[in-house]
This record gives sequence, C-alpha cells and structure tokens, in this order.
Amino acid sequence: MIQYIIRRFLYAIPLLFGVNVLTFVLFFIVNSPDDMARMQLGQKHVTEQAVENWKQQRGYHLPLLWNDQQQGIKKVKETIFYQKSVNLFLFQFGISDSGRNIGADIKQRMWPSLAVALPTLLVGLLVNITVALMMVLFRGSYLEFSSIVLCVILMSISSLFYIIGGQFVIGKLLKLVPISGYDGGLDAIKFLVLPVIISVIAGIGSGARWYRTLFLEEVNKDYVRTARAKGLTETQTLFRHVLQNALIPILTGVVVVLPLLFMGSLILESFFSIPGLGSYTIDAINRQDFAIVRSMVFLGSVLYIFGLLLTDISYTIVDPRVRLS
Amino acid sequence: MKRTSQKTCLLLTLIVSLVLSGCDDLQLNNPYSDSEAGQTVLYSSFTERPKHLDPAISYSANEYALIGQIYEPPFQYHYLKRPYTLEPLTAEKMPDISYFDAEGKQLSDKVDAENIAFTEYLITLQQGIKFQPHPAFAKDKQGNFLFHQLSQQQLDSINSLVDFKVADSREVTAEDYIYQIKRLAHPKIHSPVAELMKQHIVGLTEFSKQIAKKKLVNIASIPISGVEFVNQYQYRIRIKGKYPQFIYWLAMPFFSPMAWEADVFYSQQGLIDKNITLDWYPVGTGPYMLVENNPNRRMVLEKNPEFHPAYYPSEGEEGDRERGLLEDAGEKLPFIDKVVYILEKETIPYWNKFLQGYYDASGIASDSFDQAVQFTGQGGEELTPLMKGKGIQLQTAVATSTFYMGFNMLNPEVGGDSERARKLRRAIAIAMDYEEHIAIFMNGRGVSAQGVLPPGIYGYQTGQAGINPYVYDWGNGQAQRKSIEVAKQLMIEAGYAEGIDNKTGEALILYFDTAASGPDDRARLNWYRKQFEKLGIQLVIRATDYNRFQQKMRSGNAQIFIWGWNADYPDPENFFFLLYGGHGKVKYGGENAANYQNAEFDRLFEQMRNMENGSERLKIIRKMEAIVRYDAPWLFGLHPKNFSLYHSWYQNLKPNLMANNTMKYKRIDALKRVELRKKWNRPVFWPLIVLVIMFGAILIPAINAYRRRAKETMQ
Repeated sequence: MIQYIIRRFLYAIPLLFGVNVLTFVLFFIVNSPDDMARMQLGQKHVTEQAVENWKQQRGYHLPLLWNDQQQGIKKVKETIFYQKSVNLFLFQFGISDSGRNIGADIKQRMWPSLAVALPTLLVGLLVNITVALMMVLFRGSYLEFSSIVLCVILMSISSLFYIIGGQFVIGKLLKLVPISGYDGGLDAIKFLVLPVIISVIAGIGSGARWYRTLFLEEVNKDYVRTARAKGLTETQTLFRHVLQNALIPILTGVVVVLPLLFMGSLILESFFSIPGLGSYTIDAINRQDFAIVRSMVFLGSVLYIFGLLLTDISYTIVDPRVRLS
Repeated sequence: MKRTSQKTCLLLTLIVSLVLSGCDDLQLNNPYSDSEAGQTVLYSSFTERPKHLDPAISYSANEYALIGQIYEPPFQYHYLKRPYTLEPLTAEKMPDISYFDAEGKQLSDKVDAENIAFTEYLITLQQGIKFQPHPAFAKDKQGNFLFHQLSQQQLDSINSLVDFKVADSREVTAEDYIYQIKRLAHPKIHSPVAELMKQHIVGLTEFSKQIAKKKLVNIASIPISGVEFVNQYQYRIRIKGKYPQFIYWLAMPFFSPMAWEADVFYSQQGLIDKNITLDWYPVGTGPYMLVENNPNRRMVLEKNPEFHPAYYPSEGEEGDRERGLLEDAGEKLPFIDKVVYILEKETIPYWNKFLQGYYDASGIASDSFDQAVQFTGQGGEELTPLMKGKGIQLQTAVATSTFYMGFNMLNPEVGGDSERARKLRRAIAIAMDYEEHIAIFMNGRGVSAQGVLPPGIYGYQTGQAGINPYVYDWGNGQAQRKSIEVAKQLMIEAGYAEGIDNKTGEALILYFDTAASGPDDRARLNWYRKQFEKLGIQLVIRATDYNRFQQKMRSGNAQIFIWGWNADYPDPENFFFLLYGGHGKVKYGGENAANYQNAEFDRLFEQMRNMENGSERLKIIRKMEAIVRYDAPWLFGLHPKNFSLYHSWYQNLKPNLMANNTMKYKRIDALKRVELRKKWNRPVFWPLIVLVIMFGAILIPAINAYRRRAKETMQ
C-alpha cells in the first residue's frame, strides 16, 4: 500500500509539471507581460517606461520559456516559467501581481468555501440517499413514477434559477433568511442556510436518480432475495443489506470530491457574497493576474490527484477484496 | 392515544402562536449584527476588491471611495458650491503662487506664460493635524518604536492590524507631504502619475534615478531640488513653467501626507506575508480610518478619534438652503460613526437588500430600472409609486465624462484633413442617432454630446450656442439631429453616394474595432451596423479582447473605435488634451487615441492650458470646440447620467462628481431606519406551515401503501 502511494506521488510530479506548462502557455497566448502591466497600472497616463518598470520589478521582463542570452542552466532558470513555477512544487504561491500574498488569501478564502460545501455535501448525501431509498421502496407505484418525473424536472432547471428563485422566495418574499452575505463563527449559520438548501434541492434530481440506479442494481441480487426469504421486512432489507452493499460506489463518488470542496462554487459564492475560493480564479483571470491563476490551477490539480488517491484507498477500506499493488 | 394527539395539537398551536406573536420584532433576514441596529452605520458595497489603497498608486473611483475618507491632501472641493471650487483641507489657506524666469527672478502675476520658467507653490499647513492612531507610531518609554522590528513570536499572534494592542499618533508636518511626493517617484511604487509629475515637478526625474536602487524606507532624507521643506508647517513645490491645473492635483490623494514610520512598519516581511501592507491598511489623517480590511468580504471605516476639527459648510449654491442642505451648517464633522462596505458581486441580491433597507443607497441596474423609475410626459424622470411609497429619494447628475466614437486620423479612409474624409465623418456623425442609443441601451440615462466638454466643466455651453452645428439644428427650444438626408448629401459630396465609392465603384466598407465581444454587446454592435447602413456603409465589426484592442490602438491599426474619458479635475484642459497633437497615441504613446493633429488647435491648446479662467480663455475654448466640430475627429457620443437612489433616512445628499471625501458630510437617521426595517422585514411563516401540511398529506398515503404492501408480503 505504502509503495503504491509513493508511486502515485511520483506519477503526480510529471503530471503537475505538464499542467503547469499548459497553464503557462495558454495564459501567455492570450496575455503578454505588457498587457498584464497595463492592466495593473490602470488606464490613465500609463507610459512605456512605467510598463517596463513594472515588468522589471515583477520579473516579467525575462523571456517566457527559454533565455538565449544566458549560458548553461541559466537558459532555463532565467525565464518567467522557471521563476514563477518552481516554487509551486514547494507550495510557495508567492505574491500576486497586485501585491497580495496568495497563500494567505487561499488560507482565508478556503474556509467560507468549505463552510458551504461541506454541509451541502452531507445534507445532500442524506437527502439524496433517503429519496432514492424511498423510490426503491415504493418502486412500481405512483410515488416512484412521480418522484422520477420530479427528479427529471429538478435536473432540467438551471442552477441559476434555483439561486435567484430561492433568494426571491425565501429571502425576499418570506424574509426568513438574509438574501446574501457572510460572517465569521456561528453568525455564519444564518447566511449558510439558504445556499445550502438551494444546493441540496438543486442536487436532488441527479443525486437521487443516481443512487436509485445503484440501489435497484442491488435489490435484484441473490442476497436480497435471501434476506427477504428469511423474513426481513422491506425496510430492514433495504437499510441493513442493500444500503451497505451500495456504499462502495457512493463512497468512492464522495471521496473523490472531498479535497475539491475547498475550491468552492463560482456562481453560488458570487450570488451569496460568500468570500470563498470559487470566484478567486475567475477574478484573477479577469484581472490578468497570472500569479493567482497558476497557483489555483496547480492547487486544483494537486487536490484532484489527491482525491483520486483517496478514492483508491477508500476502495480497500470498504471492499476488503480490493488490494492496491 | 386521542389524548396524546390533543396534547400534540395544543403544543403545535402554542408554538405557532408564539412564533407568530413574536414576528413584530423578528428580523430573520437581517444580515447585520443586532448591536449595530441603533448606531449611525452606513452600509455600502463593492463589487470588486480595490486593487490598491496606497495613495501613491490608487487612481480609480472604487479605490477613491475608500481612501478619499482616509487620506487628506492639502486642498479639497467645496461640497456644495458650483461650479466646483477648491478650498483648503489640511492647508491653512490656498497656496501662495509665485512665478520666476529662467534666471530665478520673480515675475508679476500678470506676466505671459511663455516668460515663466518656474512656478512655486508655497503651501501652509494647519497646525495640530494628527495621523490616525496606528501601531507604526507606538513607542516604549525610552522612545523606541514598539513594532518596527517585530520578532517571530510577535508575528505569530498577528493576523490583522487589530491584533496590535498598542497604537499611537503624531502630528503631521510638512516633511510628511514631501515624503509622499518622493514616494511618487520611487520605481517600486509604480505610481500612475509618476511620469506625468516628472514632467512638471522640478528635479523629480533626477530624484527618481537617484533613488532607483534604494529601499523605500531610505529615501526620506534624500532631497528633491524642486520640493523644499520651509518649516514644520510650510513646504514649497517648484514646477516647470506655468501649469495652473497643478492645484487640482494637490486636491487628489496622490499629494496626501505619508508618515515614514508607516513605510518602515509595513516593510517587514512577516507582515507582508500576511497581507498587512500599506497598500491594504492606510494610515491617514482623514475623518475615518480603516479598521477592518478583508477585501474578500468587507471593509469597515470607523471615525478617526484624532480627526482635526472640521465643520459642515455654511454656504452653498442657490437653492441648497431650500433643499435642506444647509441645516447642518457649522456642525462638527463627520456625522456617521461607521461605514461598512460589503462585497456584493451581483446586482439582484444588492437591489433586493436595498429594498429591504439593508443598504442605504443604490444605483439602478438596467433590469431594475422599470421597477424604480418612470418618465413623465415632459421627458423628465420620477420614481415609481413603489419607490415613493418607501420614501426613497432619486438623485441624478450628468457625469463629467465623455464617451465618443473616434476616427483614427492616420487611417487613409476615414482620417486625414481632406474635405472628402471630413464630410464622410460628419455624415456618420449625423447618422449615428445617439438619442436613440441612449433611449434603447441606457434607459435614457445619458445626454447626447455636442462637443468635447461635458456639463460641469468650465467652457461647457448650453442652449443654441452650445450645439454642434454640423450635426444638430436648433428647433422647439432644443437641439434636433439633422435629417438623414443631410448626411446622405454629405456622402454624395464626399464621393460615396449611396455608400458606393465613386472611384472604385465598390461599396464602402468601414471597420469598427472594439473589445466588446460578449453576448450582451451583440445588440449594441448590431445597432451600430444599422446606423452605418442608413448611409449605405457596410460596417465590419472587429471584436477582440481588450489587450488586442489596446495593441491595435497603440499601433494605429484601428479605424473606428469607441472610447471615453472621465474628468480628473474640472478644467477643459483635461479634455482638450485628448486631441492635442503632442499626445498622439501612435507617435507619442499619449492619450490622443484619434491621433488628431491640427496646428491651430494645438497652438490654441498650448495657450489655453496655461490661462486662468476668464473671458479670454473662454474665447479660446469656443474656438477649439469649433475646430474640433468642424474637423470631426470624434463623433461626440454622450455624457452618462448617473441615477442614484437613497433611503429617506439618508441626508445631506448632493452629487459632487469631483470630491472623493464626501462621506463626512452625510447623515443617517438611524432610529428611522430601525423602524422602517422592522416594518419592511416581518417574516412570513404561513407558507412553511402549508408546505409541512402538504408534505404530510403526500406522505400519509405513501406510508399506508407501504404498510399494506408489507402486510401482503408477510402473508
């Protein structure tokens, strides 16, 4: 197992390097260091000298990937790519082009993202599994049919509609929670209720249908028939046996997204003014802040790789037959 | 069993009645802490975190909204007087201005500008002005600074400025103003006005070179030849030639005092790593200080306890007294205790929270416009009954900005000084119906432009005399756009009858370069195309991203474009310089995006920019407007009109488009706000109860069905 984990970590290095190169190339195809300087310096009274000064101070005066003017290893080291990317592997994100410490910003912004994402995941999981089990329990009845129709309807609605509709009905008409905002500590709860409810409702359609499929696959298996034959009620069969056996795909699906919870949700955070990481990357792209873009892409890649590793490990925990080698 | 059900019912009834009876005071949707309810706190918002709060770097409106309340330059714009008038802020009086020739001989005030080699501004400061309390000034008993060399142990317990338990202040001196001028020149600061100021302030270029390699904290003791410390409360700035607009720069935050202690304090790496920098935590002398800065969530200004005495103005323009704007005359400023800026990215939640009373003021997004404003029969605007019912106040003001459609004068098709090109430009100017544009795309929030200058800028002319005679006629007491037939006739004269080039026999194709390429822009771009089609011209839209667009502009590859300018200060020089030949974008990298060059216009500009306001200057301004209207390098587009809504508890409101420090004059009636918020935000519970009942109604048959099924399975 440990060997497997080490091997996966080693695989991650070229993968992350590739992601870095790709991000770098894509970013600089669209933006030149001159463009970045002009974006940071504003629109008025910007002279060529000011642009040059800015590039010099931030290290954007160097060639992008290869420095012909230098000798030996410096041909690689004296480039924007090397100077800006190597430290990422040590998780030193550096200073953004607007002068803020990116690491400090990420630390500050990941908690609000997590505060929305974690309850959404847990409550969503609970609701989706419950609804799916109910559908399986009442399979073949009008209740299952209506639930499927409802799920399809819920799936077909845009998430933006849920957000605006939720804010309008619960926040504006019923006045039960603040329409948007955020606060620290326990005061955050009143601001999180609405986004969590909306996220859970928006996810019921697809979530419940997916879990229903998993459960239906299980209910026709021999062990379920055996359970029924020995006299267990339908609820006992579902909750004691079916649910347990369907846990493998559920768990793996959940574990893979766990690390990405930190990354937040763009639209939700934007509409509810939650100061999370969701909008951090988009804002940086709009501001042409390469330092933040590369950091966030790198972080996203690391978390995703970590998530996949966790999934593999979780397989071995929930299914003893699986061995990592 | 029956008894239990009765008890449950009774309990439920009791809970529901308790909840409903408590509703009168309940405000479940209140996003703020209850402790702030009765305080005079102003709630505002920001959509994007400000890039910089360092007064040497900040140069955009959203940044000025904050630092304008914190930093104080020597001069300010009078809050009420119009036209915009400068007055002392931290200065004792307006500056003493002296002129000198190249030999250093003092000249009289009336001498011609070309004889003036240098101008000196002697600025006298008020005594007793102090910086806000800040840890950078804190000293121990021996007089050593407490926090200028923080240990790792100290840094571990610090995450923001409030974690410093000791703060102190000190009196502002002339040295602090001089230090800030030095900061403008430091290459690491990247001040947007550094290059401009180097052109004006004597010795700033040399100083900048001299300190290029030095750390910011080491520059305070190095002198600049053009900036002189006279005494504790006086300093002198020497500028090249005569530049009367320099006084306006002295009313901008660039020239606020800066304490060297602040730079020393914030230069510590441990603080920089925690985003505690001068760019995020200002140290000013103004009425407010930034006590919380989380640009990802909210920023909070609180009253500066060290703020010097300042009073509400006792005179204004005509009608101010009747509007109640002088009721607070002579009262000590500021009135509001705390200002909270909250990150609110989307307009819909912002608007709804404004209607609930949780924001004190709001702009009007286009999707809320019809809900807020309606136009009267006479074309005036008024609030809808819904807004009036809430007691909301509407304020409108034409911005001191001009948005124009520019022609690249270096382009052989639309540019140049030929009669053909001039007539083509004028024909397009007539065809582009900006009144329609304002009505369709801006909900009527704009005024079509007649020239370079927007309203509120010296030289702007209203009425018949102020119209652009090549595009408008005067009729029924207002400017009326010439008919499209006039434009078509101009096209014939230019050799493009019906949009066909009579030399080649081919259709005239023009190119419009723009950075507007989103789905929202499509309708607007189609509208442009249609306007050109009126003359038979095919307009090809070359949409690109803003970087490429700017590149095209710099290299002169754009043909027709749209650009705008917002006044830095209320002087016509700040608009006419956009057409001055010496500022051509392609040749000199300046702000003259149309690359317009007219010898007579340039001569008049050089003359006008050095003159004081008066009849002579006005005459030149009129001539310049006439030249530009004749040549038409711009199709004068529009001046936007700002619509703002304020709740009834928000007082002392008067739009001031030049001043950045108006927060101190505003007043909030906190008690009225509390009452109205309570009235508007009573929670509604009954739909929830209905929902629970409905859910139960669905669930009960399902449970029964399940029981039946279970029984069948058992059997």
